[in-house]
Formats: sequence, C-alpha cells, structure tokens
Amino acid sequence: MKTLQRRRVLQALLTVSAVMALPIRALARATDAFSSKSVDNALTNLLGGLAIEESEQIKFKIPDIAENGAVVPVRISTTLEDVDRIYLLIDKNPTPLSAVFEIGPRIMPDVSTRVKIGKSSVARVIVRAGGKAYMTSKEVKVTIGGCGG
Amino acid sequence: MAKIKIRAKVKNGVASVKSLIPHPMETGTRRDADGNLIPAHYIETVVCEHNGEVVMTAHWGPSVSKDPYFAFKLADAKAGDTIRISWTDNLGETAANEAILK
Repeated sequence: MKTLQRRRVLQALLTVSAVMALPIRALARATDAFSSKSVDNALTNLLGGLAIEESEQIKFKIPDIAENGAVVPVRISTTLEDVDRIYLLIDKNPTPLSAVFEIGPRIMPDVSTRVKIGKSSVARVIVRAGGKAYMTSKEVKVTIGGCGG
Repeated sequence: MAKIKIRAKVKNGVASVKSLIPHPMETGTRRDADGNLIPAHYIETVVCEHNGEVVMTAHWGPSVSKDPYFAFKLADAKAGDTIRISWTDNLGETAANEAILK
C-alpha cells in the first residue's frame, strides 16, 4: 500500500513538472511578431537584423489563383540543412505573420497547412537554417477573400 | 469541440502525420448578422510529440484556416510508436489526441 501511495505521489510530481515545462514553450511565442501589421516589422521581430537570402532550395506550394481565400492550401519543404524555424507570411493580411514552425531535429522540413488570404497578395516563406535566413515568395490571386464577411 | 483527427503512417522509418483540428479560428475582425464583432478565437500553439518527446511546436495566428489541417514528416519512427498532438488557443482552451503509427 505504502509503495503504491509513493508511486502515486511520484506520478503526481512528474505530471506537475511536465505541465510546468509546457508554459516555458508557450512563452516562446513571438507575440510581437504575430501582432505586427507589416512584413518588415514581423521579420525584424522574428530574425533581429539577420540578412535574408533568396533561396531556390525552398519548395513553396501554394495556388497561383485561390478561388476561396478562406482555405488556401500551403505546403513548405526544403533541402536546406539544420532547419530550426519555418515562417509563413501573407503580406497583405491585417497581421502578415500566419505561422511559425519550430522544427525539431527529427522533423523532415516538410509541413502542410491551410491559410486565409484576405486579398491578392505576396505569400512568403522564410527558413532559418544553420543560423542564416532564406526566403522564397509567391504571388497569390484571390477571387473571394478569406477575412471579414 | 470535436476531437483532433490524426492519421499517422510509417514507411522506411519516416512517419507521415496528417491531422484535422476542429476549431473555429475566428480572426476577431468578422461581424455577425447584427454588425457586432465576433471575438477572436484561434489556436496559438500546437505541440507535436513522438513517444512523449516534443518534436515540433507550431505557433499560429488567426489567419490559419478554420478547422486547421496540419501535416508533417518525422524521421526515426516505427510502427507502434505514439504520436500526440495538442493545442492551446487564445482563450486558454486546450485539447489533445493520440494516434499509434501504422
């Protein structure tokens, strides 16, 4: 009985420490970058002054013409090595930063999601790899907007 | 909210994980029929775990589509491993679900 109780206490302690470990990650959210209203601001927030180089090693799949701006499929992959961040921005959205992916060492840099694009805009992907920043961008035409009514 | 749907398959040690996350993802800029702003309600953080180890954290803004689709690939995985996906939104709500790699 005693051992069981001790085990429970240990389990409870482990759970508590696991839960406590989570907010630290959540704090890492780049709140200022997400509320930035311009791409430049968002990028300065995310990368400091890091220079951004255009790269053909990033594959950015997004439709040229999005019939429904509320649901635009996006796929981002790259052959760059030591990737630790992928950023997705839609220039003309009210807050351009759409998503930040913190890529762990075992994640193959290949992520897909869907985003809202309010009106025709440049969409860009920035990949941070080996301490450098790389970018690729695409123009997306939107026939029906994804933000507002 | 309905449960997160996860489909996870492994091939040659690489897991392909696809998920559908039921969530309104309200931007906070839309108005209802009476012209009142609908408050922002969107997922801020998504945590992906493989056998209890965090392998990726995604931070989202309100411009990720409603009922988000999220897919990724993970190395060094095998059948029987557990993939867990959990989220926290701007109102502090959370949800999680797990899938076993096939």
